[in-house]
Amino acid sequence: MKTENQKAWFLVLPVIALVAFNALVPLMTVVNYSVQETFGNNIFLWSGVRWFEEILASERFHAALTRQLIFTATILAIEIPLGVAIALAMPRKGPWVPVCLVLMALPLLIPWNVVGSMWNIFALPDIGLLGKGINALGIDYNYTQQPVAAWFTVILMDVWHWTSLVVLLAYAGLISIPDAYYQAARIDGARPWAVFRHIQLPKMKKVLTIAVLLRFMDSFMIYTEPSVLTGGGPGNSTTFLSIDLVKIALGQFDLGPAAAMSLIYFLITLLVSWVFYTLMTKDEAE
Amino acid sequence: MRRIIPFAPALYILFLMLPIYWLLNMSFKTTNEILGGFSLWPNEFTLDNYRTIFTDPTWYMGYVNSLIYVSINTTISVAAALPAAYAFSRYRFLGDKHLFFWLLTNRMAPPAVFALPFFQLYSAVELFDTHIAVALAHALFNIPLAVWILEGFMSGVPKELDETAYVDGYSFPRFFFRIFMPTIKAGIGVAAFFCFMFSWVELLLAKTLTAVEAKPIAATMTKTASSAGYELGLLAAAGCLTIIPGAFVIYFVRNYIAKGFALGRV
Repeated sequence: MKTENQKAWFLVLPVIALVAFNALVPLMTVVNYSVQETFGNNIFLWSGVRWFEEILASERFHAALTRQLIFTATILAIEIPLGVAIALAMPRKGPWVPVCLVLMALPLLIPWNVVGSMWNIFALPDIGLLGKGINALGIDYNYTQQPVAAWFTVILMDVWHWTSLVVLLAYAGLISIPDAYYQAARIDGARPWAVFRHIQLPKMKKVLTIAVLLRFMDSFMIYTEPSVLTGGGPGNSTTFLSIDLVKIALGQFDLGPAAAMSLIYFLITLLVSWVFYTLMTKDEAE
Repeated sequence: MRRIIPFAPALYILFLMLPIYWLLNMSFKTTNEILGGFSLWPNEFTLDNYRTIFTDPTWYMGYVNSLIYVSINTTISVAAALPAAYAFSRYRFLGDKHLFFWLLTNRMAPPAVFALPFFQLYSAVELFDTHIAVALAHALFNIPLAVWILEGFMSGVPKELDETAYVDGYSFPRFFFRIFMPTIKAGIGVAAFFCFMFSWVELLLAKTLTAVEAKPIAATMTKTASSAGYELGLLAAAGCLTIIPGAFVIYFVRNYIAKGFALGRV
């Protein structure tokens, strides 16, 4: 059981100092921009909550948010079950285990813009392996022109890039289960599904909490990979929230609306993560 | 059905390797050959792309810069996270739960717009274009993760270990460095791996906070793409080389990744 000790605050201080330095000043700067209007030359005029109202009412924001939600929900629905399934199918012991783990972790260690550019070429219908392969199957596929193909490519890229994270975490959770549990299950004549449902899944809950939260946060803020791969196109079909945000902030240099939008964006991420976090750590609190 | 199952990971790994193979394939081709047509392997095998990277300082210094700030960041993040994770795993204190969640929220700020304030902040403290700046900025999202991972591992260590050490007359620092840290070295390995990984792959902040002196390899690559047209062969070779440091790190922690989490309750 944990003991009550207020001196523990001293142990946390270095972390707070480092994170606060990075978090508070930029956050307050963004808050500052979000309530002002600028005409350049460092002239700022108070504009109150106008930008927030504009963003919340704008069709463009709704469209980008909808795309973002569909994207995140899709990749979570694919990556989490797929990652768990692969972790379950992995051998528990043997010389192949480290080899598999190293190979699986490779996509995680590639800089995000490289991931974007490699898929950009890999999926091209004329000189890319994937594009050429799909067209050879008789399917007309060109992700630079067809929105459906663009979505397919972005999702496939994300699955390629991040499923391994779920595999690594789920696998770590799985091998922490003592053999005795499996023996007990065998004696009881439990079917594989029952073993999964009552032994493996509960034991993986902690690592899956980390996996789901990390995948939610990172996919919700995804920027570099799709912006290199499709640039948000064709049209606006793969313009996710952060791509739209950068278009407003840098393309049009509207600092006020961009700041307001990033705060709304931040709050949405925060809210959803908080719901996940509370739901998944509920048992622990009791 | 049963016999098919072991093939699933193999199939998955094959799927992972395909785009990497394509990148490797392109890195041994000339840009003309890449654009000229589709071929499964290089017809005119060339090492020119790699030669350019290893002889041109604007290229290879990119790797050096990235490695420097990633190492600084990993050191800072793990060093700061260790005592904090200990506090979270062993004690209850005022606001601990909120503090923990606040730390996590720092992974959630969309970097796209926070990039500009970051630039202003680091210019104001005169750290712009230094390795320290990028290392500190990356601490924002790595520290919360390191605390989270380490806290899990530490909670897996029974509290009796601490108590026995104190009874034996160990002071807190001596206990922490001599006994506790070796006990959770797997956790430190895993945390360091994740810090390395997220710092190595991040581009937006690293690019914003650097100009010449500390410019990361990923930023060098985007520059080449825009200024010299599309030097695809060169870009592919640079991309292949970015995989190597990560592959080294994962090789060193491979046993921790598998066995490591098993010790923790994460």
